[in-house]
Formats: sequence, structure tokens, C-alpha cells
Amino acid sequence: MDLENQKRVKEFAEKFGAENLVVVLGASEGEASGLAAETVTNGDPTFAGPLTGVQLGLSVFHVCEPEIKNEVDEAIYDEQVGMMEMVLDVDDIISEMAPIREEFCKYL
Amino acid sequence: MSLLQGKKVIIIGDRDGIPGPAIEECVKSAGAEVIFSSTECFV
Amino acid sequence: MNSVIKGASYILAFTPDMVMHNGTTQTTERQVNPESEYLKKLEEHLRTYEQVVKYPPNQAYIGNVTPEELAKIEQPWHDKEIEGATRYGKYGEIMPQDEFICLMQMCDVFDLVKLEKNFVAETKQNLEKHPLVGKDLMDRLKEGEEVELIKKLVEEEHSEPLYHNKVLVGCVKRAHDLDVNLSAHVIHENLTSKATNVLAIMNLIAKNDIKKEEIDYVIDCSEEACGDMNQRGGGNFAKACAEVAGLVNSTGSDVRGFCAAPTHALIVAASLVKAGTYKNVIVSAGGCTAKLGMNGKDHVKKGLPILEDVLGGFAVLISENDGVNPEIRVDLVGKHMVGTGSSPQAVITSLVTQSLDKVGMKITDIDKYSVEMQNPDITKPAGAGDVPAANYKMIGALAVKRGDIERTELATFADKHGMVGWAPTQGHIPSGVPYIGFGRQDILDEKIKNAMIIGKGSLFLGRMTNLFDGVSFVIEKNKGKTEEKGTVSEEQIKGLIAEALKNFATNLLSE
Repeated sequence: MDLENQKRVKEFAEKFGAENLVVVLGASEGEASGLAAETVTNGDPTFAGPLTGVQLGLSVFHVCEPEIKNEVDEAIYDEQVGMMEMVLDVDDIISEMAPIREEFCKYL
Repeated sequence: MSLLQGKKVIIIGDRDGIPGPAIEECVKSAGAEVIFSSTECFV
Repeated sequence: MNSVIKGASYILAFTPDMVMHNGTTQTTERQVNPESEYLKKLEEHLRTYEQVVKYPPNQAYIGNVTPEELAKIEQPWHDKEIEGATRYGKYGEIMPQDEFICLMQMCDVFDLVKLEKNFVAETKQNLEKHPLVGKDLMDRLKEGEEVELIKKLVEEEHSEPLYHNKVLVGCVKRAHDLDVNLSAHVIHENLTSKATNVLAIMNLIAKNDIKKEEIDYVIDCSEEACGDMNQRGGGNFAKACAEVAGLVNSTGSDVRGFCAAPTHALIVAASLVKAGTYKNVIVSAGGCTAKLGMNGKDHVKKGLPILEDVLGGFAVLISENDGVNPEIRVDLVGKHMVGTGSSPQAVITSLVTQSLDKVGMKITDIDKYSVEMQNPDITKPAGAGDVPAANYKMIGALAVKRGDIERTELATFADKHGMVGWAPTQGHIPSGVPYIGFGRQDILDEKIKNAMIIGKGSLFLGRMTNLFDGVSFVIEKNKGKTEEKGTVSEEQIKGLIAEALKNFATNLLSE
């Protein structure tokens, strides 16, 4: 994850409390989603950014996961994400995200 | 319990997936407050 | 009359040492994690020049392998080779690093590039054999310095070192002691961009029926900025490149717009020529050192070679309608507008069907779509997916939604109207333009009747807006230029007769 984005995530967790935050991702495939999810839960796996070794345990979802989709206004979801749902491998994304959440999320 | 209602949301979008502003529209409709929205680019 | 695409060139410069020293992934890692495993392993993953020349997508980029031929080679491509691959191609060439470093000095007008004298002496022999490097350029190459002086400039004067095969062979000096915009780092970046652009222009002129003196205007559409501390993006790479390339009757300017810039620039050029402002306009861009090895961490982690080891460049010649070459339809332009929104479907609709709807065309009426033609060998292991394939899925999905194709045809849409990607991830280089050369030929050979060129840009990276951007235009078979003249003269005759009769009548009345 981009270093500046990691820095912002860390600052927001300090300011608002990790339990009050939800991170929503838009990555284009499973592996990249998993890496981003790991970064905001268990720390930056690439050891490059400010979240290296920082276990925030934030709640994190991909926007295409049913947990998010079910809460979003249907018409808006269709307008904003509908087409990409057809393009992306949503099953792959879900299968990468769920185990990471299970293992590292502290606020579910 | 709602995941998004009343929560502060950080968005990390992707230029080749779903961009930040599109996710923003979605989570706002679910009653979340967007505190940060960004879009990454790998190409 | 519409302007035409008269020619296109595509070049690569293989710069493995610049991957190590100038790619931002590596320079950032060196800053935050100097002892990292990645930096230690990186070197083993660099390819040789011969490997880079034989790499199928690179042969496609310079025009020796067509997109159709590339598609037949099973992916991944990094372990495949093109038999009998050559450095020179139909549209350009792949220049090795030592020659490229010398070309950087040839493009330097401020005595900022210092090269070691033995390195110069050795490389000079190869450059003398280069078909496009003439005496005017060779005269720009200096004899060279002692290595001690170069070491001193690097260690004490903040010069940017130039390595070849890990040996210090030169440096780029800073152009000012205090001005950060003229630092050695910035000058290095700008000179590499300039040199790759110049090489592309030289190839364009050499491979097409055009004289240097006939070029009126050059538009640079790279992603670099040149200027000093009082005008950071002052610009005009274009004229600087035209100067080195010997385009004496040309001036120019720069168009910027992230990866969408080449498409913006081509629309500008086509409009300038159609309006009669200029007759021959070159749209060109050089490459970007910062993006070398951009996804290197993923490539190394997966045991792949560093595939982002080349700088890219291209040049396209837009000229007055000659009745032969493909026309640019500036009336069929699509644009992502401020009010379009950021959802992927809104973006693709604005770029693809906005223009087609104006003339009642279906998505399937366009034979080929040239989207973001990034090489999937590079992007897939890095978690960015297959970018062109994703674009074709979106265009296909849009076609289903509009009823232009049946849902069952979605799977074959990309095969019919798309291509596999072959361009290096050099930002603006893959965006729409890689197909202009092939597309021109395919239209001339009547394999296709038209194509849509689409450029997209991630404006939000500049932090001035959260907006995305993109533009598109259509190229099509030339309709021939005779009929227009005939119609005009017939109308003129009618007009003259009418006027004569009117004058006659007026005269009669007044008498």
C-alpha cells in the first residue's frame, strides 16, 4: 500500500480509535486486496511503510464483498460498481479477504 | 449490527478496480462518514 | 479535410543500471530499508540485453511481431523468446544502455553529462555503426573525463551517477547549487526523457517519407516537468527535442495529462492540421526512469525477472490529408468530463459511446479498440490484473447493456475487437498509442476499417483533483480526397452564375 496512505491510516487510528474505523478497498484482484487488508490489520507485509509491525486490527472489506454490498443503496451500488462486478473476479477477492479478517481483525 | 452506519470510513480505491470516489458514493448511502478517500495506481 | 496518420515510431532503451539507481521503488526502498532482502536479490533478477531484445512484447512494441502473433504465444511471455529477434524493427529499435548513455550526452546542451573517456571510446565504435546517428550527433559526444573527476562530482557535488554493468561510467551534474528543480536527479530524469523522445523522432523521420525540414510543430506528451525554481513546469521538451533531431522549421509545445496525454496531444495535433494551422505535426514522448522496476518487489518475490527494465518512447506524424493514410475523425471524440463521475461504467461510457452515439454507430461498428495496452506479464504478478483485458470486458459489458451484442457474445468480444497488451508500464507510453503504428498498417491493408484510440489518466496522483481523466478518438480508412474539391468548384460556378444574373438584373432595373 502506498506509503502516504499507510501514514494516514495510522494517524486516523490514533485520532479516532481503531474500533471506530472501517477500511473499504477497491483493489482489482484477490492478492492485492489481501495485501492491503493485511497491511491495515497485521502490518505492512512488504516492510516498507509506516504500518510495518503495527497491528491495528482494523475492520476491512472490499467494496465487492456482500457485507458491504448489502448495506449500500441498491441503485447507487449498481451505478458505481455494477459493471466492475462483472469484470472483477469477486469470488477470488472474497476468498482472499475472509481469512485475513478472521485472523487479524480485532473489532468484528 | 450495521458495519457502516455511523462508522468512520477510510477508502483505498484502485484505478483498475473500483476508484475511491465510486466507493465513497456507496458507503455514504449506507450512512457512513468518509474521513479519507484515495485511489492507488500500479501502472 | 481530416488530417491523417502518416507514420509512427516506437523505441525502447534497455537501462538495467537505472532500474537499480533511479527507479522510485528501489530508491524508496534504499531510503527506508537499506538492508532489505529485495535490494540484495534484485540484481540477480535483471535481464541481459539479448534477453530483452528477444522478449516477445518488446518485439511487438518495435513492430516486428504483430498483436495477433503475440496473442498466439502462450502467456507468461518472460520465459519465451522470439527466434531471430533483432534490435531494429519495422517501427523502431531497442537501444542498449551504453549507447543510450552517450545519447543522453548528445542531448545535453548545458555541459551537465560527464562521461568516462574509456567508456566513450568503446561505445563510440558501436554508435558509429548506428544507421541514424549521423555526424551532427557524433560531434556532440565529448572525448570524456578521468574517472577520478566523475567520482569527485558524485561524492562532493551531488551529481547523479551513471552506471553501466555496475561500473561508474559517468554522471549528470546538477545545473544549480540551490534550485531543487535543477538538481542532478531532476536533470537526469529530464535528459533520459529527452533522449528517448529524440530517438523516437529520429526513427519516425527515417522510416517514413518525410523530410526533417517539413515538420512544422512538435508536441511532447510525456509526464516529466522541466523548468527552474521559478517555473517548475516551464516546459517545452518538444522544442528541445526538435532542436537535437534537426527539425529546423519546427517549434513546439508540451501537452500534459498523465497517461491520457498522448491521446489529448493527438487530438490537438489532428485539429491543428485539419484547421490548416500546420501541415506536419509530430506528437512524441520519451520514457520515465522513475517507473523502472516499479513492480519489482512482486516480480522478485515471484521469482520473475525484473520486467520493467526499459524506457519507452514513441512518435506519431500527423499530416494533411494525402488521400491514402487513415484519417483522424476529430468529430468522433469522446471525453471524460468533470461531471461524468468516477464510476468505471461512467468513465467507459463517456469514452466509448459518447462519440459513437452522435453518428448512430454501435460498439461493434468499431473494428479494434486500442485501450491501455500494458503488458500483462508485468501487471498480473503485481496484482494489477490484465489491464487491457479488463478494459475489453468493460466495453463488452457496455455493448451487452446497450443491446449491441448478445450476452453470449461477451466472451468473444475481446478476441474480435481487442488485443493483448505489449507495452511497458511507462505511464503514458501504453495508453492508446501503442497500436497507432499497427492500426495504420491494418487500415491500409484493409484488415480493419477503423479503430478507436482511448487514453486514460490518473489525475488524482497529482493531488490537485480527485478526478480521473480520459479522451478517445476514431481513426478510419481514407475516403480519398478528390470528391471534396469537385463539389466546391461546382458550387462556386453556381454562385458565380447567380451573382452574374443578379448583377445583370440590377443593371437592367437601374437603367
